[in-house]
Amino acid sequence: MGKLRQCAIYGKGGIGKSTTTQNLVSALAEAGKKVMIVGCDPKADSTRLILHSKAQATVMHLAAEAGSVEDLELEDVMAIGYGGVKCVESGGPEPGVGCAGRGVITAINFLEEEGAYDDDLDFVFYDVLGDVVCGGFAMPIRENKAQEIYIVVSGEMMAMYAANNIAKGIVKYANSGGVRLAGLICNSRKVDREQELIAALAERLGTQMIHFVPRDNVVQHAEIRRMTVIEYDPTCKQADEYRELARKIIENKKLVIPKPLEMDELEELLMEYGVIEQEDESIIGKSKAQEAALAAVA
Amino acid sequence: MAALTREETQALIQEVLEVYPEKARKDRAKHIMINDKTLESSKKCITSNRKSLPGVMTMRGCAYAGSKGVVWGPIKDVISISHGPIGCGQYSRAGRRNYYVGTTGVDTFSEMNFTSDFQEKDIVFGGDKKLAKLIEEIEMLFPLNKGITVQSECPIGLIGDDIEAVAKKMSAQIGKPVVPVRCEGFRGVSQSLGHHIANDSIRDWIISNRDGQAFEKTPYDVAILGDYNIGGDAWASRILLEEMGLRVVAQWSGDGTLAELENTPNVKLNLLHCYRSMNYIARHMEEKYGIPWIEYNFFGPTKIAESLRKIASFFDDRIKEGAERVIEKYTPVMNAVIAKYKPRLQGKKVMLYVGGLRPRHVVGAYEDLGMEVIGTGYEFAHNDDYDRTIKEMGDATLIYDDATGYELEEFVKALKPDLIGSGIKEKYVFHKMGVPFRQMHSWDYSGPYHGYDGFAIFARDMDMALNNPCWKMLTPPWLRQTDASELKKAA
Repeated sequence: MGKLRQCAIYGKGGIGKSTTTQNLVSALAEAGKKVMIVGCDPKADSTRLILHSKAQATVMHLAAEAGSVEDLELEDVMAIGYGGVKCVESGGPEPGVGCAGRGVITAINFLEEEGAYDDDLDFVFYDVLGDVVCGGFAMPIRENKAQEIYIVVSGEMMAMYAANNIAKGIVKYANSGGVRLAGLICNSRKVDREQELIAALAERLGTQMIHFVPRDNVVQHAEIRRMTVIEYDPTCKQADEYRELARKIIENKKLVIPKPLEMDELEELLMEYGVIEQEDESIIGKSKAQEAALAAVA
Repeated sequence: MAALTREETQALIQEVLEVYPEKARKDRAKHIMINDKTLESSKKCITSNRKSLPGVMTMRGCAYAGSKGVVWGPIKDVISISHGPIGCGQYSRAGRRNYYVGTTGVDTFSEMNFTSDFQEKDIVFGGDKKLAKLIEEIEMLFPLNKGITVQSECPIGLIGDDIEAVAKKMSAQIGKPVVPVRCEGFRGVSQSLGHHIANDSIRDWIISNRDGQAFEKTPYDVAILGDYNIGGDAWASRILLEEMGLRVVAQWSGDGTLAELENTPNVKLNLLHCYRSMNYIARHMEEKYGIPWIEYNFFGPTKIAESLRKIASFFDDRIKEGAERVIEKYTPVMNAVIAKYKPRLQGKKVMLYVGGLRPRHVVGAYEDLGMEVIGTGYEFAHNDDYDRTIKEMGDATLIYDDATGYELEEFVKALKPDLIGSGIKEKYVFHKMGVPFRQMHSWDYSGPYHGYDGFAIFARDMDMALNNPCWKMLTPPWLRQTDASELKKAA
């Protein structure tokens, strides 16, 4: 077995991180790799396709039931799913209460102390909640945790803003630890010129678009069965896309400290590809009435 | 007369600050002044109530300490929950010796530690449900409580728990006030903000609870504000007020009850001892109920007499005569105390470093004993406190704000006071330097020091510390012979 590679998947909320991660992990497992998924999101939906379950019992919920996290054993929190993939969910509070970030920290510390990162593993994937809102959600990219970050992105404006912000976070931890940006995964939303746009964004960030995952309804068909495409329909074209993504990640050597774009640069890029239009400076801060008055004068 | 001239003091400050890096030196210089009695305002001479510098040894506490430890904690029939991890509640439990009458655990609770004892899961999932459960359990186990407060520790503010919602719900359920207090320790620069937050929470949740209810008033009703009954201080004060014919309706908050707080809007005059920690509520009652308030000082016979007359001036002749009667009665007693201790203490120099009131309020008591305060300073005062301090201190004396451990040591080395009055963190440093010391937060587990009774104890304690024979024995025999030749001879 080779050295354990720890990867974190970030990206804007709703972009398809969990789906992409689980399909990717299935492809890796199919290729004979030993993989663990650590869900770092209170929603706890990072392992359902692997386990065919609604939501796995999470570290934090089990800890709350048992009294404290020290009362738990590794077996209590870890489930084995498709292809021998080990699954853990950090868990956390319902929206609006408590501190989900602390839950992620606690859960990951627990996994470390309990020896979840054993020598047999080839890959650990952290599937992290939308934005890096606080220190807790940066836990997976701190020192000795994930070294490779993949950002799931699409050709939509907000997804690219988020990707750029995440790159800023990586820079911070790249300087204090060893974390590197390993690539953008484009999860297509069928936006015009999406592939070129993301390739251009990747280049500006100093990284690569590691794979363009086309949109295919078979993903949804598999998902309503709580399965990955790899397991549901191994012969379909989309399964090959995830296999291709897996192969590229296995072979990936391009790990960089990203160069996040300034706001202006990013907007320029978006304009170039027609995602947003040139701003009309003259209308900023003008109410409808004011505009009407101006128009009347003209 | 100060120990040093103005120029010498200036040189000392410069020398002491010299070791700091430039930025720290500039900052600290603003917090140290040489007194000038002619000044009306301290504004140009000293900066206060600012964030302490990282790296210095500040003596300050936090907002939770100000709210739970000082203002709310002593109210004896209220249960104050330390909401958060266990340490804050446990290490602040019963430490301030706020004496009270009652059966602890039955009808009074000040010395006990009630805490939600936060665990990791409470941080992650929030502590609101636990808080509600805790209040239910308190009500079941301690049904004689008159109300509950929720004193927020740091994590409560960080995780954004909605303690206000819990307080409202539980208050309706148990039919008693439940007061949420947002005194998270990270708020503000010292315990001072905690006092303010606690005052505000009394204003918002307590003070108007009995508005419109019948209350048998007398023309002589007063409330004691800002006396925490440390070692019985408020008791020693209250008897004097009662002896002069006043009726003390409430004690805030030492040996006080919730009912007393709620009845305070009925008084004629609010008497404010610790200005720093309770001026806020005094001002509020002035604004809302038109109740005037005055500051008074019950340390030492000179200030007590002044204060009794000042208080009496708000009332009719009966009270004015009462004040004179009280002063007359105790003057011979005080003269006897002074006759006994003054010869032993005359001319001795004192340096003080305390919280928000005593650095100026005890100066008169030392002067009554013929002693001189040559340096004083506050942990958490604001500039209105320094305005008041200028008048109490001699010219060219040293005044320091939020002094650091290093500065105090250096000032003591240079000024060589005969006695230091400060807190537990400072005590042993100065003991090891061979300087007599009295704790002026806790009265070194003695007291009371307020009132005439208190002054007798104060005088005894100062003498006991200063003239203790142990100070002559600090040098071990082998260090007494400094002559090298004699050492050789001995060998």
